[in-house]
Amino acid sequence: MSCHDVSDKPEVGQRRTDKTLTVGLAGNANVGKSVVFNQLTGLHQHVGNWPGKTVKKAEGTLVYGGYTIDVVDLPGIYSLSTYGLEELVSREYIVVEHPDAIINVVDASSLERNLFFTTQLMELEPHLLIALNQMDVAEKKGIKIDVGKLAKLLGAPVVPTTAIKNVGLMELMAKVVELHEEETPPVKPLPFGPEIEAIISRLSEDVSRVETPYPQRWVAVKLLEGDEEMEKASYSQAPLLREKVAEARRRIEEIHGHDSASALTSERYVNASRIASEVTANIEPRRSRWVSLEDATSHPVLGYLIMILVVFGMFYSVFTFGDYTSNLLGRGFAALENAFFAAAGLGSLQSFVWNGLAGGIIAGTTIALPYIIPFYLALSILEDSGYLARVAFLMDSFMHKIGLHGKGFIPMMLGFGCNVPAVLASNIMETERERLICAFVSSLVPCAARSIVIMGIVAAYLGFGPAAALYVIDFVLIFILGRIAFKTLPGEPVGLIMEMPGYKQPSAKITAQRTWLRLKAFVYEAFPIIVVGNFVVYLANVVGLLKVVQWALSPVTVLWLGLPAATGVVLIFGVLRKEMTLILLASIMGTTNFALVLSPAQMFVFAFVVMLYVPCVATIAVLAREFGARRAALISVVEITVAVSLGGVIIRILSLLGIH
Amino acid sequence: MSESVEEYLEAIYSFNERGELAKNQDLSEKLRVAPPSVTQMIKKLADEGLVTYEPYKGVLLTGKGTARAQKVVRKHRILERFLHDTLGLNINKVHDEACKLEHSISDETAAALCDNLQSPKTCPDDGKAIPACTLEANDCTGCKAAREAEGGRFKLLTQLSHLRPGEHAKVAFIRGGGSATQRIMDMGLCPGTSIKVDNAAPFSGPIQVSVRETSLALGREIADKVYVEVENGATEAPHPHGPHHLVEIGM
Repeated sequence: MSCHDVSDKPEVGQRRTDKTLTVGLAGNANVGKSVVFNQLTGLHQHVGNWPGKTVKKAEGTLVYGGYTIDVVDLPGIYSLSTYGLEELVSREYIVVEHPDAIINVVDASSLERNLFFTTQLMELEPHLLIALNQMDVAEKKGIKIDVGKLAKLLGAPVVPTTAIKNVGLMELMAKVVELHEEETPPVKPLPFGPEIEAIISRLSEDVSRVETPYPQRWVAVKLLEGDEEMEKASYSQAPLLREKVAEARRRIEEIHGHDSASALTSERYVNASRIASEVTANIEPRRSRWVSLEDATSHPVLGYLIMILVVFGMFYSVFTFGDYTSNLLGRGFAALENAFFAAAGLGSLQSFVWNGLAGGIIAGTTIALPYIIPFYLALSILEDSGYLARVAFLMDSFMHKIGLHGKGFIPMMLGFGCNVPAVLASNIMETERERLICAFVSSLVPCAARSIVIMGIVAAYLGFGPAAALYVIDFVLIFILGRIAFKTLPGEPVGLIMEMPGYKQPSAKITAQRTWLRLKAFVYEAFPIIVVGNFVVYLANVVGLLKVVQWALSPVTVLWLGLPAATGVVLIFGVLRKEMTLILLASIMGTTNFALVLSPAQMFVFAFVVMLYVPCVATIAVLAREFGARRAALISVVEITVAVSLGGVIIRILSLLGIH
Repeated sequence: MSESVEEYLEAIYSFNERGELAKNQDLSEKLRVAPPSVTQMIKKLADEGLVTYEPYKGVLLTGKGTARAQKVVRKHRILERFLHDTLGLNINKVHDEACKLEHSISDETAAALCDNLQSPKTCPDDGKAIPACTLEANDCTGCKAAREAEGGRFKLLTQLSHLRPGEHAKVAFIRGGGSATQRIMDMGLCPGTSIKVDNAAPFSGPIQVSVRETSLALGREIADKVYVEVENGATEAPHPHGPHHLVEIGM
């Protein structure tokens, strides 16, 4: 490793003089990058979005060697080409924010693929460090890596780590500090083949007139690859460049026999593969104990059986736990309520405090949390173990029917528990368009709260058949609306390309940590909205606005849907908490025996409308946060329209069939 | 003999493309050959790694078999188009005529015909799909250059989506260009890369591929863009006709 003379002045504007360092974590998915991040920053982190993007940005801090180190966890990606927001965000961050170091987390057990990304990072010429992670997995596979040689070939420090066991991370931080204090110059890109390199260096000179924050050579390379983002920036400044690039591309095609993008990608892989084979020694292939499990879980028959068992088992345990805990908490709050009113007395002020102010928090705590916590735990375990990739693999062709690929099944599955984590999970899709479709269909999945209504009215009074019919209608609607969204939203569908990670044992610490952080994010995001929503509806009730609303809604509720007028108020409250519609219906109607106040057809239609009419307020909130208020409103309007118009149709069909 | 191999592959393909296995009896009727000869031929094809056979169920082409079948089916259906659309032959006659011609025209001529007909998508008599072009060109504008570079007999390529678990292949090129192609290559599937198909999900689901010591799942629509040369280890049967053997040296 070469070092600068320390007496040199620091580069102007690039290095901060206070004792703060900024470090970006970059790497492929499934290499343990988030584990590195979590181990380094612990609970000192917060997750937000990149400005104006739906891409998650996780930031955290730690203190090491007298420095406060800010760590930014970049998205897990395989390339720096602009086919997705993640790639764009990452490369902009590296070049524009110019962090003090970029740590490339590399999976030691599949070095070649990982080094391909490393070669691309090097082209951006950052202050690069390599964390050679998952050393334990590599060892188990019988792979030995010459760390010193790897560092020499890349021209960047390499630190072996096993993040899941917290091994090597402090050494990594020591290197970060060293890199900074010794003023180590940025890495140099690995050269392509000599002919291509000559073409690149000539084009780099022509590019010098174009002003971008990126290195000249990199701009030249991206233009040769046909990177749309770079083309836009460059050709608007230097229109004559277009012809030069076209000429250079033709020459590469002549030399290489494939188009220039293929040629450059191939050459990067040549570099990656050469380095990987030079530093890897003594491969004694050992059959991992997981391999037979990998075969079984993606088997055409057995795989589906296992999947059904796993998914069913997960739902069963989550619902059982959630139901039990929810009841327990409900009783606890009921007791607390009695105690409160006994102590404070009955009055409108007391009622305001309990129902108007505390009501939202109580609702969130008793209804959402008992289901969401075990859901997050189960999800984290499935994610870390590598099983979710198998589910996506098996469900791909099914999900294509609604215009998504296999990964989209995961958010939909979550939707059965609660739509809020489902909408959040839809960011596993690659493009904004797919995320939106995925979140939209997920918000139509009957969540636990809606299942409570279906069970409590339709299954309880009309039997299993009609309840099952409601689910079937919902799935058909998901299919139809999914297809419509797929057809109407602009953009190309993206096919499934996904690495199938080997199975790993999840770590209890990381699982607990991640669940806690996700939970915290959920509480911060959803609770304020639940509380405010609850407050607004309470206030509206007090000032008599609800009566007006009920009257205003009666053309829809009474004339079109054929329901009692009181359901108008119930449906308004249902926006807050759908399962509350049952409780409220009982209290307004003055009976818990719904057979006395609703006809069978009315029960069916009521449950249908509740099932579909709008995502609950918490879901609307996360939709707005992820996709903007306009789209959240659009989704809500579409769902209201569908629920109300079909509800009216259904009650008329039922009446034609002689069911009233 | 080889011509009859092509006839068999073509017949099996016509069943497989409808999602059916080709049964011994069906093949016997379609090719007007006695059942014992069919059995014998199927065994031969299986030994060469072109088909797999399940007793009482039928025959399925391997990726390698598909590559060969597609080549001749493609010629057949393009010829039908030409005979019908350009020469105005009666629709009832084009099939038999194409059957005779398909074995004698070179790959280059077939490609030129396809280009001339502006890359037809289906055959005229029963509307079946014409198998995809295997030249490294994103559209017809690159056809002439590509087919001249390739010579009289083209490499035997097929789409990755047609490979069966256990088959080895080498990536030839990715069709389509743009960011989708870039994405596929960035995952390690660039020209020249060796791959092995490990698994295929049912209902036209994704296929699982080993590449560069990692495992990838590729949706069918992605695997359709990847053209590969199947190298199963089984010996390649010599090509039947054509004076163009020598042209392919250096390809």
